[in-house]
Amino acid sequence: MTALEVFSQQVINGFTTGSYLALIALGYTMVYGLIELINFAHGDIYALGFFFSLTLFTWLGVPRTLVAALPASTLVWMLPAVMLLTMLGTGVVNVSLDRLAYKPLRRAPRIAALITAVGASFALENIMQNWYGPSQILYPNVFPDVNLAKLALGPSTSILLSTKDLFLFGVTMPMLGALMWFVRSTRLGKAIRAVAQDREAAAMMGVNVERVIATAFFLGGALAGAAGMVVGLYLNTGRYLMGFDVGLKAFTAAVLGGIGNLPGAVLGGYAIGFLAAFSDQYISSTWTRAVVFAILILVLVFRPWGFLGQPPPERY
Amino acid sequence: MRAYWQTLPLQRRQYLARSVGIGVLLLFPFVDLVWNWQLLNAVTDAAVFVVLALGLNIVVGYAGLLDLGYAAFFAIGAYTTGILTWPPHGLELNFWWAMLCSVPVAALFGVILGAPTLRVRGDYLAIITLAFGEIVPIAFRNLWHIDIRIGGWTLVENFNLTNGPQGLNPVGRPHLFGYEFGFAPLPWYFLILAVGFLVIVAKSRLENSRLGRAWMAIREDEVAADCMGVDPIKTKLLAFALGASFSGLAGAVYAAKLQAIFPELFRFQVSIMLLCIVIIGGMGNLKGVILGGMCIMFFDRVVLAQSTELVRSLGRLVGSGLLARADLSLWRWFFFGLTLIIVMVLRPEGLWPSAQRAAELHASEEKA
Repeated sequence: MTALEVFSQQVINGFTTGSYLALIALGYTMVYGLIELINFAHGDIYALGFFFSLTLFTWLGVPRTLVAALPASTLVWMLPAVMLLTMLGTGVVNVSLDRLAYKPLRRAPRIAALITAVGASFALENIMQNWYGPSQILYPNVFPDVNLAKLALGPSTSILLSTKDLFLFGVTMPMLGALMWFVRSTRLGKAIRAVAQDREAAAMMGVNVERVIATAFFLGGALAGAAGMVVGLYLNTGRYLMGFDVGLKAFTAAVLGGIGNLPGAVLGGYAIGFLAAFSDQYISSTWTRAVVFAILILVLVFRPWGFLGQPPPERY
Repeated sequence: MRAYWQTLPLQRRQYLARSVGIGVLLLFPFVDLVWNWQLLNAVTDAAVFVVLALGLNIVVGYAGLLDLGYAAFFAIGAYTTGILTWPPHGLELNFWWAMLCSVPVAALFGVILGAPTLRVRGDYLAIITLAFGEIVPIAFRNLWHIDIRIGGWTLVENFNLTNGPQGLNPVGRPHLFGYEFGFAPLPWYFLILAVGFLVIVAKSRLENSRLGRAWMAIREDEVAADCMGVDPIKTKLLAFALGASFSGLAGAVYAAKLQAIFPELFRFQVSIMLLCIVIIGGMGNLKGVILGGMCIMFFDRVVLAQSTELVRSLGRLVGSGLLARADLSLWRWFFFGLTLIIVMVLRPEGLWPSAQRAAELHASEEKA
């Protein structure tokens, strides 16, 4: 592999990781923007998306150990159907989590809701552990895997750009766009922005604050669930704890972009994706997590409002 | 009995309660031995966590700084003792000296982390500590092929500091007056009791000192405290350093008790477990923290195991195969998480809060 090829490969890897991190980071940033809660269970909602979609595939008669891709005629209806149901499922779980564990604590100190979020995370992880067992499990390989780089650059190249990469971009990019459009241009999206700015003032103007919060939890959960399914299709393997690590990375992404800021979360997601890919290649994959967290500390110390956030006004 | 208790003056009540508590703690191992409960090892481990929670309580309960990576200091204390006493390093320091070294090393790391970061807002600080808590075990896992080169000079080549994922084994092995601490829990129980006693004395002295009052003032209102001449950065840094040194001490004892340490012992879950002990027990209250620690450990080791039996016999009674084969210990994290949610929703001030803290929480509810 030439140096250029190595570099290009890591750019591709960064894009891939960044895409699903961005989807998950949006859920963190929306919830934080509205109620200033670090939703610790959000990473587990992503893992839940993995397991929901896996169960749906099993119900549709696709074995977990499937190696050869399904025919295109089946994929065309099966993928969207499974994805919609998964997103619905994780969205509903996220909203019920809010109702049961966070809503009673809206007026309590913030640390109380953080603790219930940790509790919810433990409970969800344990459910998934007993559902599919504690070890690494397989996910059906339904999507065709063709190396496009070999087709385009000739057989001598060692770059790997698979159709699966394209599938991942093809799913995540429109979702990111749709969410941006929703928040920017619809009535409910405007309400979300209003509540994020000033909850009490928004309530006085007739915004149903609890409905806005529920919407944000639903959207965040649905996006995280979609990310879980897409990652399952991409990696073909997963584990009940997979949400913990990815959740922390996505949260770092949200902070990096400026927590509460939606385009910031997407930018942060890609930044962390690239950073992780280049650290894997040029430092060492055993240090990547440490590098990501070191960046998190540096950002919080020197620029706590992130890339795109606004420095907060002095409140004295 | 109750009426008699209430006629006693406060000081005498406290004195009696303390003597009973100490008596129970001292007699427990022998009762355990006679009745053959076999709980001593579990209780000793629980006691380590209570000592850790007491240290965390300084940071979270007194100074009001949310620390999500407290296990990092625990790891630093344990690894300091480990590195100083692991035979392949050739140092093989006496355990007691290594334990004494662990305390300032952990405190130093507390200052290194705290000095640049204590300026940032509360929840950002929580995330910084979380990140630090993740970095430290990763560093210990990776620091076993260290090469340091400056220009053409090789200072250190392939130096094995922490023995990577396998961890350090054996470490510690303390002696006292010619008696060797082995794997039997009895001497460890008394050692951790002594350490715990030391920590409790130090804490109750701190609570009513100038520094203790400064911590609480910072927690209540940083700006007001600053105006009254309390240096917020210095005060917070002292809380961080003292909290870290307690944790380092507990880490040294824990490493020696296990006689082996590896990075997986200090995962994020440990930090969270400790935080739960502090918050469920009641932030800022010594008795509450001890109660919280006992509750969580008791729930974990006794209630879950016993209730499995209960559910099974219930299953046999009603003829349900599912219940008869149930194993609740598989669901321990589920119940643990559920308990956290229920306690927080019903009683956000914890089971046994300090009077001040409870008043604060309710005052903020009235305001909102």
